[in-house]
Amino acid sequence: MAEITFREALNQAMAEEMERDANVFLMGEEVGYYQGAYKVSQGLLERFGPKRVIDTPIAELGFAGLGIGAAQVGLRPIIEFMTWNFSILAMDQIVNNAAKLRYMSGGALKIPVVFRGASGAAHQLGAQHSQSLEAWYCNVPGLIVMAPSTPKDAKGMLKSAIRDDNPVIFIESEVAYGYKGEVPEGEYLVPIGVGDVKRTGKDVTIIAWSKMIHVALEAANMLAQEGIEAEVIDPRTLRPLDEQLLLTSIEKTNRCVIVEEGWPYAGVGAEISHRIYQNAFDHLDAPILRVTSEDVPMPYAKNLEQAVIPSAPKVAAAAKKVLYI
Amino acid sequence: MKKEKLLELYRMMLLIRRFEERTAQMYGLQKIGGFCHLYIGQEAVAVGTVAALRDDDYFIAAYRDHGHILAKGGDPKAVMAELFGKAGGVSKGKGGSMHLFDVAKGFYGGHGIVAGQIPVATGMAFAAKYRGEDRVTVCSMGEGTVHQGAFHESLNLASLWKLPVIYLIENNRYGMGTPLERASAVWDLSQKACSYDMARATVDGMDVLKVHEVMAEAVERARKLSEPSLIEARTYRFRGHSMSDPVHSHYRTKDEVEEQKTHDPLLKFQSYLLEKKYINEDQIKAYEDEIKTIVKESVDFAENSPEPALEAIYEDVYVE
Ligand SMILES: Cc1ncc(C[n+]2csc(CCOP(=O)(O)OP(=O)(O)O)c2C)c(N)n1
Repeated sequence: MAEITFREALNQAMAEEMERDANVFLMGEEVGYYQGAYKVSQGLLERFGPKRVIDTPIAELGFAGLGIGAAQVGLRPIIEFMTWNFSILAMDQIVNNAAKLRYMSGGALKIPVVFRGASGAAHQLGAQHSQSLEAWYCNVPGLIVMAPSTPKDAKGMLKSAIRDDNPVIFIESEVAYGYKGEVPEGEYLVPIGVGDVKRTGKDVTIIAWSKMIHVALEAANMLAQEGIEAEVIDPRTLRPLDEQLLLTSIEKTNRCVIVEEGWPYAGVGAEISHRIYQNAFDHLDAPILRVTSEDVPMPYAKNLEQAVIPSAPKVAAAAKKVLYI
Repeated sequence: MKKEKLLELYRMMLLIRRFEERTAQMYGLQKIGGFCHLYIGQEAVAVGTVAALRDDDYFIAAYRDHGHILAKGGDPKAVMAELFGKAGGVSKGKGGSMHLFDVAKGFYGGHGIVAGQIPVATGMAFAAKYRGEDRVTVCSMGEGTVHQGAFHESLNLASLWKLPVIYLIENNRYGMGTPLERASAVWDLSQKACSYDMARATVDGMDVLKVHEVMAEAVERARKLSEPSLIEARTYRFRGHSMSDPVHSHYRTKDEVEEQKTHDPLLKFQSYLLEKKYINEDQIKAYEDEIKTIVKESVDFAENSPEPALEAIYEDVYVE
């Protein structure tokens, strides 16, 4: 197994799928000559040429919709948003077209498009550039939403996303691009809708995804020093959700904390906790706690930003609270 | 233009230049975080534009906004404190480099989403007309911005309803690493006004006096006739797209940047003033000294300003 960065894993996934299928192409701002704003597409222009690695003007609504149109007549576009913040400009195309065309056409159409890009807070980027919008997309039937946490998952999940015939929202973490991890040699896929246990434990279940897995694992290490064994579960795909994996863990630990970088109000964690209450109510020994970003636009000042986003100490404290310690 | 006013423009361009050179240093020292986009090379555009405005006119800009807020009369101390993320900043430390605001001076930000400020500018002009005021609104944007729907929707509204707004494209040739010719089907960007039957002009954005002249006409058109304009100022950024980007790399050569620096708007204007004998070397030195002190005081103020209190996190989400 080779150790590579998150961005390299994504790069390999795209390159392998472009090699495999001539209908796959990459389009977005600065993906070509500039090698990607976060260098995820490094070398792809040189390898596949400007026909398949396409720099766009700054026109998110336009090129997102173009991807949908190309997909409905047989291509398999990967549309990169420089960051998911800018996908807000393209939401009409994603929500009204990508998600609904198959249904409205009575199954006549399929839209095999992947929208991917960086998400979440980085370092002091301010309110308009620090958003985690997965809850918005999870709300929409017709979309698949994936958010990998490790290089290995990122590669296998992106390959599955590209091969899937549905529109996929693929959320990457801006600060995790440099994270390293082992990735198997050779071809592998991580299926859509299948979660993963990132750490086993018996005392409390911590559910997280994307960058927050790393916060959860750090919290688990802190808890371990106090003799508390946390189980860390990564659903990996947020829609559809691997409910069984979550429930199996809760049945074992009877306690649950959900960590989410986005806002609390109508967050993904709200849906997950609802499903746990509905299906595992009798197994719970304490109310579920959610650790989210504070319910405010992201402030710029460093001290405020750090206080707003979820941190390992906050997660550890929540875990102890559900354990009544 | 009177000599005093010319010297004022020179002083402001010098202030912006030196302020931002210090900003770059402070970024290097990690006193400033996040995305930080310098305006160095483009100063003539903001300064020439503001010179054509009244104090009560509105100005709104994108994220490359240090020069605009200073030109509009923002306090360098409070601007630097904002860059430091301090409570004494123009946005109380909540905005940062990309989101500078000084409403008392008519400066409405500081917008991070490309083209996000354009419909907002249109609304400010609408409000001025609605209230029967003769205020003008200027909306600055990069040339990479004009491909967004928000730009086109706004221009049509402004022309349809005759709104007193000036859309100012600061064409510095690159949107991040993408040169204009790889992003735009047309080279002459003021042509975009033709689709909306709007007045238009193109101006050398490295020449503060020419910018002023063209702007003065557009301001008159807005103020007297309540008609919009689209102005393209051709300029150049001497630094990287933001502090985290190189000055030159895949997308432009070192030679190109060096060549462009021979058109430095500050030096060009300085030579003009020297030639006309409006200024001499001693006076230049005096300006430099004065501005050095202002910039130093800004940094001192920013250093000494407190961090925002944690209670501030939940303040200003809503009007209470
Ligand atoms: C909607 C949106 N898409 C993408 C970005 C990322 N981005 C920030 S600046 C920029 C380039 C803008 O270029 P231009 O409008 O020419 O302005 P300049 O930076 O040259 O002043 C891009 C793509 C963004 N901030 N907003």
